Amino acid sequence: MRGLTWRDVVRHLLKNPLSLSGLLIIVSLVLLAILAPYISPYDPYATDPLQKLQPPSWKHLMGTDGLGRDILSRVLYGTRISLWIAILILITAGVFGTVVGIVAGYAGGFVDNLLMRVTDIFMAFPRLILAMAIAAALGPSLTNVVIAISFGAWTVFARLARSKALAVREEDFVEAARALGASNLRILFKHILPMALSPVIIQGTLSMGGIILTAAGLGFLGFGAQPPTPEWGVMVSDGRNFMPHGWWVSTFPGLAIMITVLGFNLLGDGIRDILDPRMR
Amino acid sequence: MLAYITKRLLWMIFVIWGVMTITFFIARVIPADPVAAILGPQAPPEAIEREKQRWGLDKPIYVQYIRYLSGILHGDLGVSLRTRRPVLEDIKEFFPATVELALAALLIGVFLGIGLGVVSAVKSGRTVDHLSRVFAIVGLSMPAFWLGLLLLLVFYYTLGILPGPGQLPYYLPRPPRVTGFLFLDSIIAHDWEALKSYLLHLIMPAFTLGWLSTASITRITRSSMLEVLREEYIKTARMKGLRESAVIMKHAFKNALLPIITVIGIRMASLLEGAVLTETVFAWPGLGRYATHSFLSIDFNAVVGTAMLMAFLYSFSNLAVDILYAYLNPKIRYT
Repeated sequence: MRGLTWRDVVRHLLKNPLSLSGLLIIVSLVLLAILAPYISPYDPYATDPLQKLQPPSWKHLMGTDGLGRDILSRVLYGTRISLWIAILILITAGVFGTVVGIVAGYAGGFVDNLLMRVTDIFMAFPRLILAMAIAAALGPSLTNVVIAISFGAWTVFARLARSKALAVREEDFVEAARALGASNLRILFKHILPMALSPVIIQGTLSMGGIILTAAGLGFLGFGAQPPTPEWGVMVSDGRNFMPHGWWVSTFPGLAIMITVLGFNLLGDGIRDILDPRMR
Repeated sequence: MLAYITKRLLWMIFVIWGVMTITFFIARVIPADPVAAILGPQAPPEAIEREKQRWGLDKPIYVQYIRYLSGILHGDLGVSLRTRRPVLEDIKEFFPATVELALAALLIGVFLGIGLGVVSAVKSGRTVDHLSRVFAIVGLSMPAFWLGLLLLLVFYYTLGILPGPGQLPYYLPRPPRVTGFLFLDSIIAHDWEALKSYLLHLIMPAFTLGWLSTASITRITRSSMLEVLREEYIKTARMKGLRESAVIMKHAFKNALLPIITVIGIRMASLLEGAVLTETVFAWPGLGRYATHSFLSIDFNAVVGTAMLMAFLYSFSNLAVDILYAYLNPKIRYT
């Protein structure tokens, strides 16, 4: 990363058509999420028994579900939910992991060993399984999805931040700060944290796609958001009851998941290319 | 090498103990009351109390933990609240279906992934390469459960050329259980009709589960091959007048193999995760579906048991990859 400024990164991203399209997808999704209440043709919760299981038409572009709710409106509101959950998870896991990582790397010795062994145990869990266990124990809800997935997602950030802290703590400016009498806490947050921040943020971008997939998977299995919440995974699962005649009920929310994850993966690919030009 | 493996095995035992302890406490220090959930809302408090006593849930948590731990050392994972059978029996019953599904998926992933990746690298920059790269990134972005539903919609509901969910149609009796693996059991019973039907049932779930592996193996094969193809010794081999196919397969692919093996190992571990979703979509009677049902009904012995098994398989496949890696690359051996 050294020698590469954020401006370079943005310039590279805009030059690469794939990552540019990823960026465009994400920006439009964010816009859709913000504008959902204004552009949704119907109320996502409003049921209409007379309109149930209508195939896609000009009146309902993505058709209606078993309760006559407009799927397009629900998919649009689902954008809000999915992005919001993913961001909350990134913040929770990112902050927790980074703090664990810089403390471990800066302290070294016993503390480092202990924290890293705990990290290893959490890494031995398949993520979805850990999330299922925690979501089941806490009870299914959106808040608990955030907690459950964060439990498995923080380890990557911890390892990354630790390796950065290990490298930085030997630098002269840290020595200088210590000589000036700065406390450990001050050194950690004023000098080491800022250095660890950009790799963590980049890793965050790379993790987004996986997090959205896991969250949707939890919803699909029944551990996440509960009906009638317009969460994409829940909607795909709901559509299974109307196979094969109501194919649109699960097809469109699933497509929304795919496009969102694709956006983040394309962007992540672009970033990876910049960091490791050999992959180009 | 032996010392290294011993060290890793001991470490693995420690990790599994850690996983067990974490899930044990997650599953018991929970707001939801599993006994009440299973007996239903109408159950009188005395009945719930009696049931708790029967399962030892009235004891302090550390007593429960010590009991559970000593049970494990005797090969006893406790009894499932939901199926009322020993968890170990349940696992034995459901595990083979998952193994067969995962192996089939891995085969698809390895062959398709390596094939596409090699072609993509050799024809780098051409249409084939672009297509396979698009396939790989779209593949990585596709939710497995949705892909499964789409396949069912097209090949089962609409075209009717592949059988639907499950392992066998209802009219075919399952061959007698000898190994627990339906593939082997139907061969042992010489039940060719069941075998054929089972293999047809296996296609869609295996493809769904293998899709993700295919995508990531394609990507790593491509980039690893591209890197090797730039090396000087490839030029030398070409100049010696070797056939292009020999250069690619003997000189390039062999040297590109290491990172590919790592990714295959990572995929093996995450097949378990995918199995949970795939088995749910295809009503596949495997461990993933068992785990989902146990977790949903907070059947804690089953939860801890399956989590431990999954952690074991996960760490074990990582260890296997590391050993294989050391074996293939003498430079990193003994470190």
